[in-house]
Amino acid sequence: MSARSTLRPRSVQPAWSFEYIMWFFTRVSGLTMYLLALSGVVGAFILGARTQVDLQTLLRWMFFPNRFHVEPYLDDAAFWVTAWWQIMQILIVFFAVSHGFNGLRVVIEDYVGRSFWRPLLRSVVFLLWLAMLVIAVFVILQA
Amino acid sequence: MMLKSKVSIVKGLSYQGGLPMLSWVLHRISGIGIILFVGMHVAASFFVHVVGTDSNIPDLLNVFYESWGFQLFIYFCAIFHALNGLRIIVLDLWPQALQYQREMTWLEWLIFIPIYGMGVFFILRNAFAGG
Repeated sequence: MSARSTLRPRSVQPAWSFEYIMWFFTRVSGLTMYLLALSGVVGAFILGARTQVDLQTLLRWMFFPNRFHVEPYLDDAAFWVTAWWQIMQILIVFFAVSHGFNGLRVVIEDYVGRSFWRPLLRSVVFLLWLAMLVIAVFVILQA
Repeated sequence: MMLKSKVSIVKGLSYQGGLPMLSWVLHRISGIGIILFVGMHVAASFFVHVVGTDSNIPDLLNVFYESWGFQLFIYFCAIFHALNGLRIIVLDLWPQALQYQREMTWLEWLIFIPIYGMGVFFILRNAFAGG
């Protein structure tokens, strides 16, 4: 049991800094994406995926339940296009893009150190994150 | 705090981190791979559905990321990043599990290999069938 006790020497109060919030968000969004993928698979089977689409299309729907992901492979995709799936798409895009660009920021800042590049690259990542969200939501609502 | 590392690349690569270090490296590479793929994919669909079909940028992107080589890469990235992320979450939520982190890494590869192998089989079968 001594090995276990050295792992947690004392209880540490987390400071609610930006880094701590993003660390927490990375875990939460990772788990959320598992749940969203699961809901995509279950929803696809409810919509009739067992007889209508192949495995590849099911995987596409799982990662992003957009009608263009299934439409070319279905006779009638109208049934698959609902406000529910648009909301799911926006949720997936929000969690995935935020998780991804925060990860990119962490990787970049690991190698940059504290120079003038750091705020500059952080702003670039922030703008990319924002642009990606806006474009993706635009594509979802347009489609 | 700035890290003033005086470690050369050769020395860094010879660090005996084993499987857990390999997981860390692959987690970074696969994360960046997924960002690249999703970025290209969003850009391509933006050009198709919003800008219009005059541009040949989406075709170029589609040819690139629908090639079987890239599919093997991105499938590796997605599956590995998801499984390794789950291992990290488990270790963070239950720090006691750190005692068994090597076993957890083995278990992760044990789950990863059949799932990835199945994908490799289908991707390569499609590639050789010419589709």
